[in-house]
Amino acid sequence: MAPSAPPELVLEAGRASRNYWRDLWRYRELLGFLAWRDIKIRYKQTVLGVLWALIQPIVTLAVFTFIFGRLAAMPAGSVPYPLLVLCGLLPWQLFAAAFSNASGSLVANTHLISKVYFPRLIVPLSSVAVALIDFAVVLVLLTILYLWWQFVPDWRLLFLPLFILLTLVTALGTGLWLTALTVKYRDFRFVVPFLLQVGLFLSPVGFSSANLPNWRQIYSLNPMVGAIDGFRWCLLRGEPVLDPLNLAVSVAMALLLLGSGLWYFRRTERTFADII
Amino acid sequence: MSSPVISIEGLGKRYYLSHQAPETLRDRLTHGVRGLWQRMAGGEPRPTQEEFWALRDVAFEVNQGDVVGIIGRNGAGKSTLLKILSRITEPTTGRVRIRGRVASLLEVGTGFHPELSGRENIFLNGAILGMSRAEIRRKFDEIVAFAEVERFLDTQVKHYSSGMYVRLAFAVAAHLEPEILIVDEVLAVGDIAFQKKCLGKMQDVSRTEGRTVLFVSHNLPSIRQLCRSAILLAGGRVQSTGPCAKVIELYQHGLAGAAPTAVPTPTADLRTLAYATGIAIETLDGTLTDCLPVGCPWRARVRFCIATAQRDFVVALGLKSTDGTAVQTAWLPPQNLAPGDYEAEFVQDRVVLEAGTCTLLVGLSSGDRGLQQFEAARLDFTAEHARGYYAGTSGVGVVLNSMQSSLRRL
Repeated sequence: MAPSAPPELVLEAGRASRNYWRDLWRYRELLGFLAWRDIKIRYKQTVLGVLWALIQPIVTLAVFTFIFGRLAAMPAGSVPYPLLVLCGLLPWQLFAAAFSNASGSLVANTHLISKVYFPRLIVPLSSVAVALIDFAVVLVLLTILYLWWQFVPDWRLLFLPLFILLTLVTALGTGLWLTALTVKYRDFRFVVPFLLQVGLFLSPVGFSSANLPNWRQIYSLNPMVGAIDGFRWCLLRGEPVLDPLNLAVSVAMALLLLGSGLWYFRRTERTFADII
Repeated sequence: MSSPVISIEGLGKRYYLSHQAPETLRDRLTHGVRGLWQRMAGGEPRPTQEEFWALRDVAFEVNQGDVVGIIGRNGAGKSTLLKILSRITEPTTGRVRIRGRVASLLEVGTGFHPELSGRENIFLNGAILGMSRAEIRRKFDEIVAFAEVERFLDTQVKHYSSGMYVRLAFAVAAHLEPEILIVDEVLAVGDIAFQKKCLGKMQDVSRTEGRTVLFVSHNLPSIRQLCRSAILLAGGRVQSTGPCAKVIELYQHGLAGAAPTAVPTPTADLRTLAYATGIAIETLDGTLTDCLPVGCPWRARVRFCIATAQRDFVVALGLKSTDGTAVQTAWLPPQNLAPGDYEAEFVQDRVVLEAGTCTLLVGLSSGDRGLQQFEAARLDFTAEHARGYYAGTSGVGVVLNSMQSSLRRL
């Protein structure tokens, strides 16, 4: 893709390509194409099509509002309870989709990995990108709820991209671990739905984390706590106050996951084609 | 012009053969958490596994503009070599230096998605093979014309016939513009006319554009047609390199040399039933041979011993080509045989087979029970001294001129 004269390429055991990151950049179009492919085929031969991206959050929204808002009667401050839940669901669903896509991505693209060279990181990255599409659809739902309650977000909305990034970093970090491990041990396929199920209850999706009196820092070790709190802070006019220390714990944890995920992925990447 | 664009030294690739079921996490856990950690961190596996060197001490150079054929029997390491050169897997030992952009075509239509249309797949496949969007757009019309699928561009690929699929896939690949093109046995698919078109395209590419091509195939005629030099791999090592014709000859000779020519020793069980005792292949005047000019009639005589009376005893003879295709099968009708020594004769004077190497298979059976089946000999049909008119071109059938044909003026 780069028209420049190619330098000499040396292939040797254990020699990490010095140009890995440059290669990754060169193959950015492939990243786009793979994401585009997955989006294109996602709703092929379905009747409801992209509506599926709405049905799931709407049902979850209704159930959570009923359970946490009505049965458990959790406080929501001055915010309508469904709005509170949706602002937790948004990042959670983004995480869940990105994480599970990324975890299965290498095995799903076995035929590519065993036949063509490209920086393997392209595969989980593109699958994370795909999750953004469903996320955008759910944003439409948020807009509808805003209109319904005539709720107008304030300047804090501008910080939303940062928390989207935090969610994606968390999903990519965990996804890289899982997808690299799944190449070798298919056991980890079963771990993904399990983690998502447990994670849903360990994250403040159906309630506000402001309800937790103490242990907040330890709770924030789950990076999704920081992401969800951040989303609510941005979208609900700073309603649950964002504690910088808790947020820092979550961000640090997310970065740790991404760093270690990248390390493990890069370390095992060379053998993917042999064992996949 | 003659600087090496690929130079390989001491190249080796080791795989581990596991004799048990594929490893699962539980296996690892029972071997201790420490071992698991080592393994996850990419450490060496347990020494109890058997090693297997798919490639060993491979060294050669390829100059710019060379078209090199890589030949060898199945399992000789051809595909592993290509995988290393295309960076899919890394070598265990040795070093490869490559100067130039490499595109590899180990499979036709890598990444094609059946749900996408032809048009979309051109872009997707192009990107996977390393083309940029702009490059694909520029060559789009050319690709479509080459593939001859204009009318079906917006049809989902899953509705394509397999021929159309292959044509489209190859068309994308043929328009790659790398300095080095690595092609595995991908032309074996598609009809003959299209194969020729592909070969022509590859020839153009190497001749006019000075591109280096590495080409793996079992199809010796197309190697001969395309390549100036060849590399023969055997058991993961380079057995020979040099001019194409010489290496191919050595390869064919090796194939013949490797063939057993005697009957196997019967087991104790068979000794009490029936077993082959000898086989002879000869021309009709009785000269023993394993090398026959195309069109020359020949016969095979199979001797066998019946130890106890056999019901519905059948002697069968088969010819198998080097690529594994069963070419011809013949058998005597089932008959009841009393104990004694017998000789079955099969005469080949009706069917003319194309030049090439065949394996002669012999089978003995009684009723429903197979008694013996073995490769009895390796037969070479050669173009030299062929009987009658013999065009000797590639692309002819396995069976030549074995029809009643006549011409009359109307």
